[in-house]
Amino acid sequence: MESVLELRGITKRFPGVLANDQISIDLRKGEIHALLGENGAGKTTLMNILYGLYKPDEGEIVVKGQKLDVSSPRDAINAGVGMVHQHFMLVPVFTVTENVMLGDEYLLPGGFLDRKKAARRIMEISEQYNLAVEPGAFIRDLPVGIQQRVEIIKLLFRNADILILDEPTAVLTPREVDELFKIMQKLVEQGKSIIFITHKLREVMEFADRITVIRGGKVVGTTTPGVTNQVQLASMMVGRQIELNIKKDLAKPGEVVLEVNDIKVLNARHQIAVDHVSFEVRAGEVLGIAGVQGNGQTELVRALTGLTHPVNGKISLLGSNITHANAKKIKELGTAHIPEDRQKDGLVLPYSIEDNLILNTWYESPYAKRHILQRDVILDHANSLVEKFDIRTPNALTATSSLSGGNQQKVIVAREFSRPIRMLVASQPTRGLDVGSIEYIHQRIIEKRDQGCAVLLVSTELDEVMQLSDRIAVMYRGQILAVVDAKTTTREEIGLLMAGVVPAGS
Amino acid sequence: MTTSEKETAKPGAFSVFIEEVRKNSLTVTILAIISGLLAGGIIAVVTTEAVYQAVGHSFFAGIQAIFVVFWNTYRALFTGSVGVPADIIAAIGSGSSDAVNRALSPFFESLVQSTPYMFAGLAVALGFRVGLFNIGAEGQIFVGALATVWVGTSLKGWPAIAHIPLALLAGAAAGGIWGMIPGWLKAKTGAHEVINTIMMNYIAFRLSEYLLTGVLRDPNKPIPISAQIEKSAWLPRLFDDPNRFHLGFFIALLMALLVYILLFKTTWGFELRTVGSNPNAAKYSGMNIVRSTVITMILSGALAGMAGANEVLGVNHNLGVAFSSGYGFDSIALALLGNSHPLGVVLAALLFGFLRNGAIQMQLTAGIPIDIISVLQALILAFIAAPAIIRTIYRLKEPKPVGELVTTSAKEGK
Repeated sequence: MESVLELRGITKRFPGVLANDQISIDLRKGEIHALLGENGAGKTTLMNILYGLYKPDEGEIVVKGQKLDVSSPRDAINAGVGMVHQHFMLVPVFTVTENVMLGDEYLLPGGFLDRKKAARRIMEISEQYNLAVEPGAFIRDLPVGIQQRVEIIKLLFRNADILILDEPTAVLTPREVDELFKIMQKLVEQGKSIIFITHKLREVMEFADRITVIRGGKVVGTTTPGVTNQVQLASMMVGRQIELNIKKDLAKPGEVVLEVNDIKVLNARHQIAVDHVSFEVRAGEVLGIAGVQGNGQTELVRALTGLTHPVNGKISLLGSNITHANAKKIKELGTAHIPEDRQKDGLVLPYSIEDNLILNTWYESPYAKRHILQRDVILDHANSLVEKFDIRTPNALTATSSLSGGNQQKVIVAREFSRPIRMLVASQPTRGLDVGSIEYIHQRIIEKRDQGCAVLLVSTELDEVMQLSDRIAVMYRGQILAVVDAKTTTREEIGLLMAGVVPAGS
Repeated sequence: MTTSEKETAKPGAFSVFIEEVRKNSLTVTILAIISGLLAGGIIAVVTTEAVYQAVGHSFFAGIQAIFVVFWNTYRALFTGSVGVPADIIAAIGSGSSDAVNRALSPFFESLVQSTPYMFAGLAVALGFRVGLFNIGAEGQIFVGALATVWVGTSLKGWPAIAHIPLALLAGAAAGGIWGMIPGWLKAKTGAHEVINTIMMNYIAFRLSEYLLTGVLRDPNKPIPISAQIEKSAWLPRLFDDPNRFHLGFFIALLMALLVYILLFKTTWGFELRTVGSNPNAAKYSGMNIVRSTVITMILSGALAGMAGANEVLGVNHNLGVAFSSGYGFDSIALALLGNSHPLGVVLAALLFGFLRNGAIQMQLTAGIPIDIISVLQALILAFIAAPAIIRTIYRLKEPKPVGELVTTSAKEGK
């Protein structure tokens, strides 16, 4: 098959770092080529070179047999290369049509925008590739999945036939992911070629034609789903043997640690977000809460950790009523909390690792004596945790803002796990992390369980919930539809519950 | 993401701005000051009529006139704020302590001018550290001065050892109350402190006019001005007249030290700074944002109130209408210049004090309008707020973005 795009020996150096080292990749016509690698492996740098945002130090780009010298995104688009960024580049208050034609406008005489003509073109593209959109709709009103379609249409509108999708599934629900893959299939059937950047193994195995794995700026190898498996891919990505399936013994549930009784929680807009929810978590077990994002999990966790209070019902922790307790009280009773958004809630990014590690124990002995911070104790504490939790950093005084996502998460895990705890509330503990970090954090969570800690795991990653949990509660529209045994349930059963379908007879 | 809305405390535009300014390196700050000083000289040249006449005469006369103006401007600024070097040397040589005192008095007068800047600058800087924009320092200075004058004039026959602290404390308390009101409103109702501190300024200005034309007015004076405070409340001066250098300077330094210890050494400071840096993380950590906000505004107001007290007890010994002439507003600039750090504030306050004092001499001897100094201060701040200008002029490299890169290198190092 002919190659539509070839990257030959691309090398890019940044001060002190070799981001891309002699990377060569070819993309064939009509294929979905997955570029797999951990965060920081050099995928994004490579694609930014292809897209004209960086200049390579060495190497060349060949598009359809012609050497291409890209120095701006416009050159890339003119050569038929288009990119959908992980964070969309859309104007929320503009309509679909206006966003699509932005920068490439159809004009009427006198410089007026020809929205009608553009909308017709969008409808044509939409029909040709099954990309259903409403040209007159405002972007801010559209769900993320549809916004992504608009991004794809933007590229097709400019006649791109090589599409680069950077982590396209990161923001999508499972159902939207399925939709996206149908669209990708349709696109390649009609002669487009796709580079699909991801770190999710399952997606690569299911949807890619070929897979190139990148690690530390180098190509580790190119393979196809037919001859490889997830474990092998993960090991290629990380450079060592990876356990994808956490080995865990049967849970030995003990006493009830957390008891939630018929609580109702409102969100910031005073709508009911958690609707008469009851459950309990026992010592030594993991209760997983599955569900599509935005079904009340956030508010549930906030209520359990004292960041908001239920308007109805009762929450007990180890026999104490904590329904209206504040975050400090709940923490002091032995709760650890890995927050859903590590940068927003879990860390003070300009602070050093050292200070982030005492973020909720700063006033306690031995870190403070008579209200004076004990800097040497705090530093010793930080150094030992950096070592123990394998936080990759020059030293403990480095600002957390300069750490990778995985290492930032390790700072939170180190902080929360390094004090005696009875209850762990982990919300999206591995969101956006690479395989190596995910494995690490999963092991730590199971370790806590085995030490007799009660664990509440909230995750929108179905695989994660299925792997770690002993029991799974599925949340849908603020309610818990069912609590199932993790050993006997299936992906399909949970998937249906997540969509709000309660199987007959249950 | 189509998630439900979360209860988040969004960082305000001001906090983002302050965060950005804080990233400036010391180099940028110093170069900004130098550039501001140079630009001030250029403006002095451009606004001097004699230069135009000389340029009209001949090219060389023009060049000469430009240098004369430059030279005179900076010389006047220097002699006005530090002293005349020849006089200082001669005075030291003469061995007469009175002569030394006179020769050095411009230098000490600059320190006197810096003192209210230190108090007010610390007030604003403390607010910045906790994510609060206290624009009300000016009003807090006024109410502080009012309370101090009241204590200073109404208590009679007290010993200085008790009268001075009490008068100072009264000023701090009044400023603290003035700061507490917007702080409390912010914490309880979310009303923005910028709006409310501005409103409190207006109330303070009108209140001072009301009191100074009413109960606090000295009936024997033709203008609305208070009576002189009792001698027992005067902050001791360290030298003979005309040197006005007084104890307030050291009290200001002590306050800077206390603010530094509070912010960086104590658990309270850790809590305050966390609230300022990331209120969501502060909440997550069980910190009390309401309490932090109110306490910070009280302390900030108290520091500003001490600036007013300091002027009354150390310099003026009475209080007239509109006495502060903008210390409170300048201190916002000064806190930014000092990177909201107590030490930085002290240095920035000294700079402002020396400029302000030198400017008077500049006007007297070089005929350069005093307002040039305001322009100069504004330019320094513009350069600091827009570091890109300074980086471009001096070809400084942007601080290297870290992030992904650190990880990769760390991994390779492993």
